[in-house]
Amino acid sequence: MTAGPEGEWRRLDPRTLLVTAAVFCGVAAGAGVPIAAGLAGGRPLWQAVAWVLAGAVLLVGGGTAADWVRCRRTRYRVGPDRVDLHTGLLLLKRRSLARDRIRTVDLTANPLQRVPGLVKVRIGTGESTGGGESTLELELVTRAEGERLRRELLARPAATGADPAHDGTLAVLDPRWIRYAPVSFVAPALGGAAAGAVLQVSEWFGAQAEVIDWIGDRFQEVSLPWMIVDLLLLATAAGAVGALGLWIEMWWNHRLEREPGGTLRVRRGLFTARSVTLEERRLRGVELVEPLGVRLLGAARVDAVATGLAEDDDEKHTDLKTLLPAAPRAVADRVAAEVLRETEPPTSAPLTAHPRAARARRLRWALAAVLLPAAVLALLGALLTPVLLYVAAGWTVVLAPLAVLLARDAYRSLGHTVSGGYLVTRSGSVRRATVALQRTGIIGWTVKQSYFQRRAGILTLTATTAAGEGAYDVLDAGEDQGLALADEAVPGLLTPFLVRAGTPEARSTAR
Amino acid sequence: MAGENAVRLRPPRNAVDRRAVGWWSAQCLLAAGLPAAVLAVLGLLIEPARTWLLGTAVVLVALGVACTAFFPAWWFRVHRWEVTDEAVYVRTGALWQEWRIAPMSRIQTVDTVRGPLEQLFGLATVTVTTASSKGALRVEGLDHELAADLAERLTALTRATPGDAT
Repeated sequence: MTAGPEGEWRRLDPRTLLVTAAVFCGVAAGAGVPIAAGLAGGRPLWQAVAWVLAGAVLLVGGGTAADWVRCRRTRYRVGPDRVDLHTGLLLLKRRSLARDRIRTVDLTANPLQRVPGLVKVRIGTGESTGGGESTLELELVTRAEGERLRRELLARPAATGADPAHDGTLAVLDPRWIRYAPVSFVAPALGGAAAGAVLQVSEWFGAQAEVIDWIGDRFQEVSLPWMIVDLLLLATAAGAVGALGLWIEMWWNHRLEREPGGTLRVRRGLFTARSVTLEERRLRGVELVEPLGVRLLGAARVDAVATGLAEDDDEKHTDLKTLLPAAPRAVADRVAAEVLRETEPPTSAPLTAHPRAARARRLRWALAAVLLPAAVLALLGALLTPVLLYVAAGWTVVLAPLAVLLARDAYRSLGHTVSGGYLVTRSGSVRRATVALQRTGIIGWTVKQSYFQRRAGILTLTATTAAGEGAYDVLDAGEDQGLALADEAVPGLLTPFLVRAGTPEARSTAR
Repeated sequence: MAGENAVRLRPPRNAVDRRAVGWWSAQCLLAAGLPAAVLAVLGLLIEPARTWLLGTAVVLVALGVACTAFFPAWWFRVHRWEVTDEAVYVRTGALWQEWRIAPMSRIQTVDTVRGPLEQLFGLATVTVTTASSKGALRVEGLDHELAADLAERLTALTRATPGDAT
């Protein structure tokens, strides 16, 4: 390899091919067994197996050869100013990132990759423009090389100096937190998926009717409603078990650390080991997320609000921003404070409540969401069949109290304040989220009022920011409250556009 | 409600160009008129469904005319803008009104766009973006020369203001 002033060209690790071959073997086995079973129906078994084996060899050989070419044609180098990656066979791709723009270096390794000690490296600039243009992927290099790249690329002259109070490990997983896994929304989703999978797979083998009959036989002595309840419980239990497994896979060995030089690092994963690094100067705040079930158990999750994270929407990168899985509220608050280098967690600051009009609004929405479908059902029932009338009545009786409860809870969730250097806003019932946004990270305001909000004297204030979701709302605050909050959070920005209420200028809002 | 220190947002200083009313009206009429024309042609060709198709077309045209009579005038009263040395301030909307404020130091790009209809009316739209994916400000219905001047002025102001805009 030539070693110029721009640094030495390096290649991917040749053991990548082993991993690729293993993946293709898996695919071949997965597809080959059913095909062999299918072929064996019409011809002798050895013939079917021979055909499938030939196909498998072709697939594995071809796939590995293609990957060998890719490996041969891929090279990268870390220069003093830039990181370059050249890849591609026919279409040569050359990607070059300026080193001072690199914000993240993430390492992931699935179990197959971990056996030979390889990792996949993603180097990102955290720029919001152009989907994949701002990331560079190395697939695969040795773990040592990955760690070296991470250290080298993120090494900065420590701007803040060593800060013994805040450096080091911020949070380590407590295995007892697994109790929050079954109450997350993952559980019912997994339960539903499991039930769906049973039916789907049985349909492939043409045995769906038999499966349904078999289930019917199991429940011969109970009535239909109880059978439905039992099946729902069964699916829920399956979902809970799945959620536990998923939690262990995702969060095992979780560790949140601050490294000297101002980077946060999350390491986690049982089979697939992940390491996510986040530069602190990209951090604009934290979000405390409390899904309903988790909140009822007094726990919360901590997400980072950082620039250049949300845009990685390929694959399942939504969990990249999670700094701490659901943990007891006190722990979550402490971690939030330490991540932000604060002594008092801004997320637990006392919040100002919103006007009653916000509550009335939520109640109206909740009731409308229940009563409109009920009205449609009742109308259809009156026209077609009385059964629908009973359905409508049952629907209303069961869901209306639930909707009212949720609406009242949603109102209680609303709140905002300015706490130290942060704008804190909270909303949501099913997914309650408390955002603490650095006031210096606010890059503009949007004030929204619908016709009804104008009549009720409330408004929705939105702080726009370069980080996270791009904008965070203070829903249905009072007009004075909201504007005063915006004026306090970013002094001077709004002031020239504010006037005292009651002056003719203020009244000229075109209604 | 209105306490001692009750405050309100005042409307931005400048109205949009008068011709914007014509432009908005044309948009409303086109949005209703084109599908109505397609339906009418189909209605004339397809005999069995004639009443339904022509009826829908008539309803569409009526809706379009009603919107044209109602919304452009309202939009004209609401849509206002203002540029100070520190910030850009825009009000838009009708039923849902929006006040947007972006400080000069956080502005990343300033674009002017002129669609075919806008060119016909001698108008332009100025879009001001910040680093936020949800923070863009649009000033519609400006006189196109004014828009060009405004974009130039904004660009100069932004360049003079330090900061990396995040």
